[in-house]
Amino acid sequence: MSSTTSGTAARGVRPTRAKRPDYLSAAAGTAILAVLLFPLYWMVNTALQPDAALAEVRWLPQTLDLSNFRRAWSSQAGNLLTSILVALGAVAVCLALAAPAAYALARFRLPGGRAVVFGTLITQMVPGIVVANALYNAYVELNLVNSYLGLILADASLGLPFTIILLRAFMVSIPEEVLEAGMVDGAGRWLVMLRIALPMSRNALITGGLFTFLFAWSDFLFALTLNTTDAVKPVTLGIYEYLGAHVGDWGAVMAVATLSSVPAAVLLVVAQRYVAAGISGGSIK
Amino acid sequence: MTTAVDETAQPPAPAAGERPPRSRSGAGRRRVLAQWLFVAPAVLYMLMYFSFPLVRNVVMSFQSYTPATYFTGEAPFTGLDNWRAVLSDELFAASLWHTLLFTLGSLAGQFVLGMALALFFQRRFPLSGLMRSLLLLPWLIPMVVAGTLWRRVLDQETGVLNGALQGLQLTDSAIPWLSSPDFALLSVILVNIWIGIPFNMVILYGGLQEIPREIREAAVLDGAGFFRRFFSVTLPMLKPVVTVVLVLGFMSTVKILDLILALTNGGPAHATETLGTHTYQLSFLQLDFGQGAVVGNILILVSMVFAVIYLRANREGVTR
Repeated sequence: MSSTTSGTAARGVRPTRAKRPDYLSAAAGTAILAVLLFPLYWMVNTALQPDAALAEVRWLPQTLDLSNFRRAWSSQAGNLLTSILVALGAVAVCLALAAPAAYALARFRLPGGRAVVFGTLITQMVPGIVVANALYNAYVELNLVNSYLGLILADASLGLPFTIILLRAFMVSIPEEVLEAGMVDGAGRWLVMLRIALPMSRNALITGGLFTFLFAWSDFLFALTLNTTDAVKPVTLGIYEYLGAHVGDWGAVMAVATLSSVPAAVLLVVAQRYVAAGISGGSIK
Repeated sequence: MTTAVDETAQPPAPAAGERPPRSRSGAGRRRVLAQWLFVAPAVLYMLMYFSFPLVRNVVMSFQSYTPATYFTGEAPFTGLDNWRAVLSDELFAASLWHTLLFTLGSLAGQFVLGMALALFFQRRFPLSGLMRSLLLLPWLIPMVVAGTLWRRVLDQETGVLNGALQGLQLTDSAIPWLSSPDFALLSVILVNIWIGIPFNMVILYGGLQEIPREIREAAVLDGAGFFRRFFSVTLPMLKPVVTVVLVLGFMSTVKILDLILALTNGGPAHATETLGTHTYQLSFLQLDFGQGAVVGNILILVSMVFAVIYLRANREGVTR
């Protein structure tokens, strides 16, 4: 499995020298891509046109009109910032909890360790709405409704099981001798984890953190149910309400949609090999 | 999977400098305690965010919640009242049915198209890696955003899909994709298929890469055509991956809520109401958390059936 986290990342496969590149397949691939990504193109295209409420949206924007984006930004900038804070908070909570747990589950012969791994897998079955149902009532009692902390903690649950399983699988494959060397030097268990195991698991940590960020950024359910006021409003909730209020103003709605897709697009460009590794690595386990 | 031997092996021995557990000795117990400190925070957190909601929902399903509960703080126990009310409601039967149609329809579409793409991308051609990455976008953007943008595409009057269909003279009149009860569920399924294709493609592609080339070449030499090769060689060898894809797909699809809320809000005329949206409506709009809990519990029961399959498929992963 280590190959998925390091090797088989989505990089271009070079054609073998002996054969000519298969341009026909490349053309077919481009066509498939164009069809599947067309709705995304249409989102950006609509956002760039001033009179997007009408059916006469052009296939290409005539001029680069950013007025929709300006309106979207003025109403959603705060919500975008909220989303960033909440997602980063969820990543911090998730990694802080997952790293020691994964290390112990991978390296110690822990009584009950198997039950924990088993339980971690099971949590993937619990539907978010069921969690929200109970959590809302608990949050009311704990005064966590409409709070950043409450939403961050809830969103961290979206990536935690995935990150534990991913990290554990990675840490199992660290050679025993490397960690033994650390122990001989007199470092305690925590130091060995912090100084040796975690740096070596950097890729798995990045992948886990990346996905937790994406899950938290995409979260709509907890944002919708654990907040009753506008105090903490991520952009997913923002766009839902915006859609309800401005359903005729497609240009502005599509501009908000475009803005809230930015992290996904950026990550795909900057960290594509972690993204591909995360989708396959986290699920096959 | 060349490391099959390792996978069935026991977890690695304790780190050096730590003796094997001496049963009941004080030192051994201290060591176990120290090791458990690594796991305890994550376990406590998961108990709070996964186990507690499961238990609390069962309890809540026997309690009567009303809007007044939030002033009085009282939710008296009323036995099976909630269960009777929910199960005798036509809307519940409808949402159960929609949930199954939505889940199975989505899975079938995602899997077939994801598999076709995975097979296609096995060919080596310029830019194929870049294309595979770009195809992930629909899966990576928030579902609410996907729902929103498809609402624009599927809009009856101003949507580009109807515009194109009519322009090509494939249909005479604009199809009410989201505004007619006859089409809404189908539309929601189609959008969800679009979202799920990348996930299926990536995992199936990974599975295909693990199949040794020689086996396929041998089948080619034996004169097997494409379909023969696919159904007699590729698919059987891919079976474990296929199981995992389908079961994981099932579990994530059966609980989808945000996509449906953004596309149709469960309407028109409850045509796209599922167990998930029904729970949401009961609990958070009608503030009847007791009845919402009943529907939520049934949603879990439905998932559990498939969880059994999942855990069987994952047995190696668990014991690793």
